[in-house]
Amino acid sequence: MKRQLVVVGNGMAGVACVEQILKQSHDFEITIFGDETHANYNRILLSLVLAGEKSPDDIVINDIEWYQTHDIRTRLGVKITGINREKRVVIDEHGGETEYDKLILATGSSAFIPPIPGVDKKNVHVFRTLDDTRALLEKARPGLKTAVIGGGLLGLEAARGLQVRGCEVTVVHLMETLMERQLDATGGEYLKRKIESLGIRVMLPQQTAALFGNGRVDGLRFASGEELEADLVVIAAGIRPNAELGRNAGLEVRRGIVVNDYMATSDPHIFAVGECTEHRGQTFGLVAPLFDQGRVLASAITGNGGPAFTGASPAAKLKIMGVDIFSAGSIDESEPGVETVRYEDPALGTYKKLLVKDNRLQGMILVGDIEDEHVYMEWMRSGTDLTPHRRQILFPPRDADPGREVADMPDSETVCGCNGVRKGDIIQAIHAHGITTLAGVKEGTRASTSCGSCTGLCEKLLRAVTPDFQEETRTTLCSCVPFSYEQLRDIIRGQKLKSVEEVLSVYGNRKGCEVCKPALSYLLDMVWCGDHDEDRSARFINDRVHANIQKDGTFSVVPRMRGGVTTPDELRRIADVADKYRVPMVKVTGSQRIDLLGIKKADLPKVWADLGMLSGQAYTKGVRMVKTCVGTEFCRFGVQDSTRAGIELERRLENLFTPHKFKMGVVGCPRNCAEATVKDLGMVGQEGSWQIVVGGAAGKSVRKADLLITVETTEQALEASDLFFQYYRENANYLERSYDFVERVGIEKIRKETVYAPEADKKKLLDRLARSKEMAKDAWLERETPAHPTQFVQIQPMEAQRS
Amino acid sequence: MNTRGWTPITKIENIALREGRAVKVGDTEIAIFRLDHRYLTIENKCPHKGGPLCDGIVSGTTVVCPLHGQRFDLETGMPVLASQPGCVAIFPTRVEEGVIFVDLGSASKGQEEVAA
Repeated sequence: MKRQLVVVGNGMAGVACVEQILKQSHDFEITIFGDETHANYNRILLSLVLAGEKSPDDIVINDIEWYQTHDIRTRLGVKITGINREKRVVIDEHGGETEYDKLILATGSSAFIPPIPGVDKKNVHVFRTLDDTRALLEKARPGLKTAVIGGGLLGLEAARGLQVRGCEVTVVHLMETLMERQLDATGGEYLKRKIESLGIRVMLPQQTAALFGNGRVDGLRFASGEELEADLVVIAAGIRPNAELGRNAGLEVRRGIVVNDYMATSDPHIFAVGECTEHRGQTFGLVAPLFDQGRVLASAITGNGGPAFTGASPAAKLKIMGVDIFSAGSIDESEPGVETVRYEDPALGTYKKLLVKDNRLQGMILVGDIEDEHVYMEWMRSGTDLTPHRRQILFPPRDADPGREVADMPDSETVCGCNGVRKGDIIQAIHAHGITTLAGVKEGTRASTSCGSCTGLCEKLLRAVTPDFQEETRTTLCSCVPFSYEQLRDIIRGQKLKSVEEVLSVYGNRKGCEVCKPALSYLLDMVWCGDHDEDRSARFINDRVHANIQKDGTFSVVPRMRGGVTTPDELRRIADVADKYRVPMVKVTGSQRIDLLGIKKADLPKVWADLGMLSGQAYTKGVRMVKTCVGTEFCRFGVQDSTRAGIELERRLENLFTPHKFKMGVVGCPRNCAEATVKDLGMVGQEGSWQIVVGGAAGKSVRKADLLITVETTEQALEASDLFFQYYRENANYLERSYDFVERVGIEKIRKETVYAPEADKKKLLDRLARSKEMAKDAWLERETPAHPTQFVQIQPMEAQRS
Repeated sequence: MNTRGWTPITKIENIALREGRAVKVGDTEIAIFRLDHRYLTIENKCPHKGGPLCDGIVSGTTVVCPLHGQRFDLETGMPVLASQPGCVAIFPTRVEEGVIFVDLGSASKGQEEVAA
């Protein structure tokens, strides 16, 4: 008969331990009790759920099917209230008894609620479980005054999550600096600056004396007498082991349930694992040691023997995108014999401090640059003699041999701390499943599916182990914000950044330059479909005054003429403007439009008003024009109404911005008089159909456009054009013309993700285009409502006077 | 050469944050920039091809000429790249009661003081 194994606690530590047991033995009939009603989820990712980066489903580790597959009885939502060690049964809240041969306590920990008057008021929450997270999500709304009590890991992550939801967040912390258990004062100061630059207020040191309000909380009163208004309060003041069950059963309990090196409690039939335990005087709150404990426990309980748990050196990483904080080992520099090596760069927000004793690394604080975390952890783990590394200790050289770092890691080293995946697990999965991509590693091992900070390492592993690994090439925007376009799009979207200054202050050097500022302006406009905080100082002069700067500092003005079609009335107004402002040159452009050159900045608003026409966007990276032929309306060869279709196409897309200028052409027959096949997007009329062609060029390079699709009706042709247009907007790098984009991505992939995409995906593209279009307006209307009082004005000096 | 000393130019709100504005005073055209709470003034003419520096993108304390990307430090008037020819004159600037004053008589260029 199988032996009965009962696990109290359905959290990460308990279930991870059960997973290990299943790998080693099938002698047990397993029952898991969980007082939460959810399947096992990854608690450390709750902050990402709060921030909206993950859904509750994304953080499930073992779904119900997993329990069924392994014949595990689950009793969710059932609280165990007692243990009868004599009878070897656990007793649930309803009085039910369940027998065990072996019992594992994995009861975790609870939020510590400090004894402050008023913590029982409404809208005072803790942040510990999925239900807590859901409750917070229900309350969070833009503008809500929110106070987070506690400036540790959890408090900061909660603060960021709520702030991303629009709350006005203040972090209140008892100590002089943030995360004082993991950082020194300097590191804490760097962290504070980063957190503040995200738009979160930080108050320290500030002791909360009471929460006030009538029934529901209205604010905090501090020991200093100051007050802070708050309609929502989150307490993240630390955790306490849930040791009551053990204590009441008479097990040895101090702060946590005391376990030996094999995770056994004072009763040989009862084991404990995770945050409820105390081992050699240490309690636990971070995930990595829990996995180690689980492995040790599994070996012990199955009788396989194995390594002992000898404790864990603390290691903590803050999971706020763009705020890279890592701390590990002992950071006490007052210890005799400890030398500290440091580096800081305030402009980059980088601070590194290494603590060395007897030429061995024993602790580290990394802020802003945690790239070398794994090298340092390995040095610390293996007790490497640092003598040969001392000269480069702060910047360990990136090996010319990219596989070296991976080769240096033992198989037992944890690669993904969130999911407890070791190097050996990944290599095994790569071979077992023939994995060649990062996506495969994620699917096969769950590594890199959580906070993502081990993605680089997983890629290195793949490169080293898989012969046919194809690396994604990424272009970094610029040294001011050293991220790829893909990453920046994710960052802007995920972190809900709305302005260039925000991106630069959190992810960049706070300065920006003429390369990255316009690029970021574009990305923000595209990601938020025009609903972002426009910053004109981040834009090139042409986009500040909506005209094209010329070599003498004057500007050229090109009004929009949809499809190249104009009227006598428009031509008369153009002529009048040319006379009135003594325009030095009036020129017909290659795009079937008229250019007025040599206009002074101060005259621009008047010129636009006199013209009474729309901006032709000839000055910007945006929709330039649609060039057309006369088509069926007049041409004896025309087979499609190209002017009407061209005018409609231009109307649909005008006033929008694109990664680079975007020119279009529509022709009524394959004679191609308006050169549609060398435009970014062309519609070529055929008898009874339209060909949509994309990625053509007749500029610095000449390229014939690729056929995207052939469709029957004009409406279908316009929709296919919209799809490609929005796809290019969302996926091209800034300053990447469509012809480079099409070559880089490949027309087949573009077809699959636009015209051949599932209807739902097409609709999403079109919806985003529609949203952008709704926000877009004729830039020349700023003649009436300028973005700044002196946007176009030539400032006259005040009356000169000597002072 | 401008013989004027401290001259009231314009109210601070007329200069947009992290942008420049050109002002012509007598024969001198200056570009006033606003960086957070500081105002800096340089000559509004790029030594390369005469570009209007007031229209350039500001990067930290430098400005990039909109015509060909020459870059100058607003505090010193020096080009950022040593290979770049020429520097621009800088003018002492201060704010009093919301008005920007520029000392037009104390332009300095490179290392030498331009005599008033």
